[in-house]
Parts: sequence; structure tokens; C-alpha cells
Amino acid sequence: MPSSTPFWWVVAIATVFVVAGLASAHHMESAGHWVTGMNNRVVWGVPHVFAVFLIVSASGALNAASIASVFGREAYKPLSRLSALMAITLLVGGLTVLVLDLGRPDRLIVAMTHYNFRSIFAWNIFLYTGFIVLVVVYLWMMFEPRMNRFVGRVGTTAFAWRLILTTGTGSIFAFLAAREAFDSAVLAPMFIAMSLSFGTALTLILSALIFSIRGDGLPTALMLNLRRLLGYFVIAVAFFVMVDHLTRLYGAEHHSVERFLLLDGGVYSMLFWIGQILLGTILPAVMLMQRRCSTLAPTLVAASLVLVGAFCQLYVLIIGGQVFPIDMVPGFLETSGFFDGVIAEYHPSLAEFGLGMGGVGLALLTYLIGTRVLAFLPTATFDSGSSS
Amino acid sequence: MSCQPMKKDESVTLAQHRRTFFTQAAAGVSLMALAPGVRLVELAMANSEDSLPSSDKRWGLLVDTAKCESGCDECVSACNSEHGLSGHGRPETDAQWIRKVDLKDEQTGHELSIPILCQHCEDPPCVDVCPTGASFRRADGIVLVDKHICIGCRYCMMACPFQARSFIHEDLTSQKTHSPRGKGTVESCTLCVHRIDEDQEPACVEACREAGHDALVFGDLEDAAGPLASLSRKTATRELRPDLKLNTGVRYTSF
Repeated sequence: MPSSTPFWWVVAIATVFVVAGLASAHHMESAGHWVTGMNNRVVWGVPHVFAVFLIVSASGALNAASIASVFGREAYKPLSRLSALMAITLLVGGLTVLVLDLGRPDRLIVAMTHYNFRSIFAWNIFLYTGFIVLVVVYLWMMFEPRMNRFVGRVGTTAFAWRLILTTGTGSIFAFLAAREAFDSAVLAPMFIAMSLSFGTALTLILSALIFSIRGDGLPTALMLNLRRLLGYFVIAVAFFVMVDHLTRLYGAEHHSVERFLLLDGGVYSMLFWIGQILLGTILPAVMLMQRRCSTLAPTLVAASLVLVGAFCQLYVLIIGGQVFPIDMVPGFLETSGFFDGVIAEYHPSLAEFGLGMGGVGLALLTYLIGTRVLAFLPTATFDSGSSS
Repeated sequence: MSCQPMKKDESVTLAQHRRTFFTQAAAGVSLMALAPGVRLVELAMANSEDSLPSSDKRWGLLVDTAKCESGCDECVSACNSEHGLSGHGRPETDAQWIRKVDLKDEQTGHELSIPILCQHCEDPPCVDVCPTGASFRRADGIVLVDKHICIGCRYCMMACPFQARSFIHEDLTSQKTHSPRGKGTVESCTLCVHRIDEDQEPACVEACREAGHDALVFGDLEDAAGPLASLSRKTATRELRPDLKLNTGVRYTSF
């Protein structure tokens, strides 16, 4: 019987994050959002970076289950239930951050009873809650032997649903026609690729964590199967990022915003080139595609780098896209007491990081508890067989 | 115990008391039953069709930039005073419904100053993106926020091309009854809807005229004989961000 001490240590760490998140949310709500770095120019900040990361990753975390039940790769079956658990917990973590950042989180019931169907945000409420329901049903099909025959059908529905879900999340930004850095249809498929990449990277890391804690060996062969796949996903994200920037660079009207994001943007340009491209794309892509690095350790390092790149990418996209001024009167230089015409200042506060990490902690905590409450982990060893 | 028959006078008095009691009780019950109905009639009268905003009108503003002085912020002060907007010395997070923006033509160097406020678009992006429908457009074209169902997600602020909306970042004091506001919700220029509903013009327009500039003209964009239409016929007007084709209710002229 493996020791449960490491398990409780990780639970304790996750709990600390959750408590920090709740304390941060309480501070932000009672004092008001002025205590954060967010303001009337940069209305979405670090909490949204965390929330979008968790939501997008949730969709991608279902990859292992989809590969098994949609694409018929039986080898991935042992990870199916775990991947479904990850999908739910990550989504709940992300949505919790979003809700606790609202100006009026006490009005959550309003968001559930008043819908404006012209709003992609309203559609996303259905996509997120529907995804959770669908994955719960999917898990039921996997857990209940009499329902196993429906796994394929439900898995296919969940697969289609998550593609729509990430399209919806990307569209939150893509539909913002007023802002030059967003307003691009490429964001929708880019978010799908991001979900596949971030979700697979998290699957590798969280699987390694839970199997290490359990102490009966890692499913090394299975995880290494995901290695190359993650490499392709990283390249796919890079492709959409390149297309997004190239289409903007082509037209003169967007030269300023591109110059800002790629060259003159200070911390934003640095995060783009060093964080997103070098650490988050080139390095992991090389590591994942090289045969010399085909062991578990470099695979996990590469997956971690993908996550570093993910945060940098979302920070540059969400915050960099807001700090760049809106050109309200083309052809004129604008100045005002409200910082029109200049790059807006954004200095994230500790409370924002606290709230974001609270979401990560909640996802981790519910994931860990889930593995103890129900049989999400395979009972057979990986080399000897698989469980459905 | 003996039971004596009542005298005739006593019997009449008791019957009268009983009748009075039933009459008064019936009147009381009727009053209780009818009062809400009467109140409903009263409310219905208050919201008669005549007093509801009509799509026959579209309220708007015309800004004559030639008359708008750089450095003058009478419109901003009037708006702050009318709606009880008081800052905390933090321009990044303080509420502002109207702001002065100085412009300089990149080619010619020509300088001018304009007020920027909610442009009360015909197709407002803030209304499109609001998940709960808190952002809405009245039949007469005024774009408002229903503070009761705004959840403070700020998606409308992301979508507004004019950055004309403010999120209430901290506790409020000295609120005006005609201008409901609340921490954690989003707000913007209401075009002084409370004044318009009483046939008055917005506070900024009044202040600009009283300051002797008369750069803001308020009126019905649909009224061909009104001041907005007649001024618009004489000179070219433009809207901000014309590329978005929002058909704004606030127009600018002389630049």
C-alpha cells in the first residue's frame, strides 16, 4: 500500500491556493475593483488570463478520452476517466475565477435567468454548463458496464461539443470588432488548437502527478504516445499565431498594433518573443519532436514549457490587446485626461494572482479528491491491460 | 340559568349594530380588495402609451467642433454634478460619462477639442454582447444599463469602440435618486433620460449654452424640421469610427 502522505501534501498546497483565492475575491469585492490593477481602460486582467487558460485547457484535457472513444485507440482507455475528471475540474476552476471576478458575483442567478442570445457570452454559459453535464454523462457511460456500449456516441458528442466550446471562447475576443488586436476570425480555430495543446500538456503533468502520488509507476508508454501529439498541437498553435499576425501585417491600418505587440510593446513584446515563441513554442516543439528527447523527463519539461508559453500568450492577447489604444478618430492624434491615444498602464495586483491561483488550486483540489472518491484511476497496470 | 326574552327596543338596537358592523366590514374588505386595483390603474395610467418612449423619435446630439473650446470642460462638470459623479483622484478607475479629447490632424497639424460620450448607436455593440440584456436601447434611441441585472462582467466595456463606459470600482456616496448607480456595475451617459422624459435637454447641452459656446445641439434626429436635421443639412456631419457602421446618435461637424 503506497504512502498517502504525498497526496495530503498536495491537497494541503491546493487548499492554501483555494483559501488565497477566496481571500483575494473577498478583498476585491468588499473594497471594490480599484484595489486591482484593472481599470476602465484595462477591464479584464490577470484573473481572466487564468480563467481563459483553465477553460480552454478543460476542453483539451478531454483529448485522451476522445482519442480512445472517438478515434478507437484502445491504448488510451486507461486515461479516459481521468481525462474526463480533469476536464470537469479545470472548467469548474476557470468558471469560479470568472464568477468571483464579476462586479456583482452575488447576481450569478441573474446570469442564469436572463439571457441575451445575441451575446456570445450568454451562449458560452450554455456551452460551459452543457459541457459539464455531457462529461458527467460520458463518465457514467464509462463507469457503468451496462452503458459502455454508448461510450462512443456520447464521446463523439462531447468531442463535437468541445470544439464548439473553444470556438465560442475564442469568439468572445474575435467578435470585438472595435479592438484591432482581437477582431479576427482566426482566433476561433486558434483557440481550438490552444485547447488541444494546453489540455494535452496538462494531461501529461497531472497524470504524472497523480500516478507518482499513487506510487505504482507512471504509464510511461502511454504518456510518451502523447508526446509527439503535443508537439503537433504546439506547431498548430504557432501556425495560427503566425497567420493572425501576418494577416494584420499585410494591411497598413494595423501596422501600429502589430508594431506594438511585436516590437515596441515592452513587457508585451518580450512576453511574446521570449515567453510565447521561444519558451512556449520553439523549445518544446524541438524537444517533443526530437527522438533524443523521447523519455518522460524531457517530455514533462516540454509540457511545462508549453504551459509557460500558454500564460504568456494569453497575457499578451488579453491584456496587450486592451492596453493598445482604440483609434476613435482615424487620422488624428488623440490626447485626454483618460489616456486616450496612449498605451494604458496595467500593473496586476497580488489579489488578481491570488484569485487566479485560487482557480488553479480548486481545479487541483477537486481533481485529487475525485481520484480518491471514485475509480477514476485504472485498476490494472498499464503494461498488462486496461480498464474502460 | 334562565333565558329571558329581549325587549323590542333592545332587539332593534342589536340589529342596527349588526347591520352597521357588516356594512363597515364590507366597506373595509371592498377597500382592501379594490385598493390594489386602483393602484394598478394608477400605474397603468403612469405608463400610458403617451409617456412611453416612442420609436417615432430618435434622440441625438450634434457637436459643432468649431464652437467647442479646448480646455473648457463645462459639459463634463455639468454631467458630474447632474449625476453625482465624484472621483477619488484616480482617473483610471473614476467614473466619467463624458470626457474632453484633444485632436491633432496628423497631416495638417489642425487642432480641435471634442467631447466623447456614449454615442447612443443604432446598433450598439454593448447591447449585442451583454449576456443578461442589462445593456439595452430604448425605442427612442437612448442606450442605457439596467443596474438591477448588470452582473459587472465588463464585456460591454470591451466592446464599446469609444471607451465611453465606466465600471464602478468602489463604494458610492451622494447618489442622486434620478440617476441610480451601484458598485460593481457598469454605467455610461444616459443622455439625461430623466430630463428628456420631462421635456428638458441634457445637462451638458444646457451648460454648454450657458457658458456661451452653444457647441452641443440636442434634438430628435427623425424630426426633419428640428434643429438637428436642419443643421445637418447645412454642413457635413461625421460619426466616430464610421468603419463600424453603428449609425451613432451623436454626430460631429466642422472637422
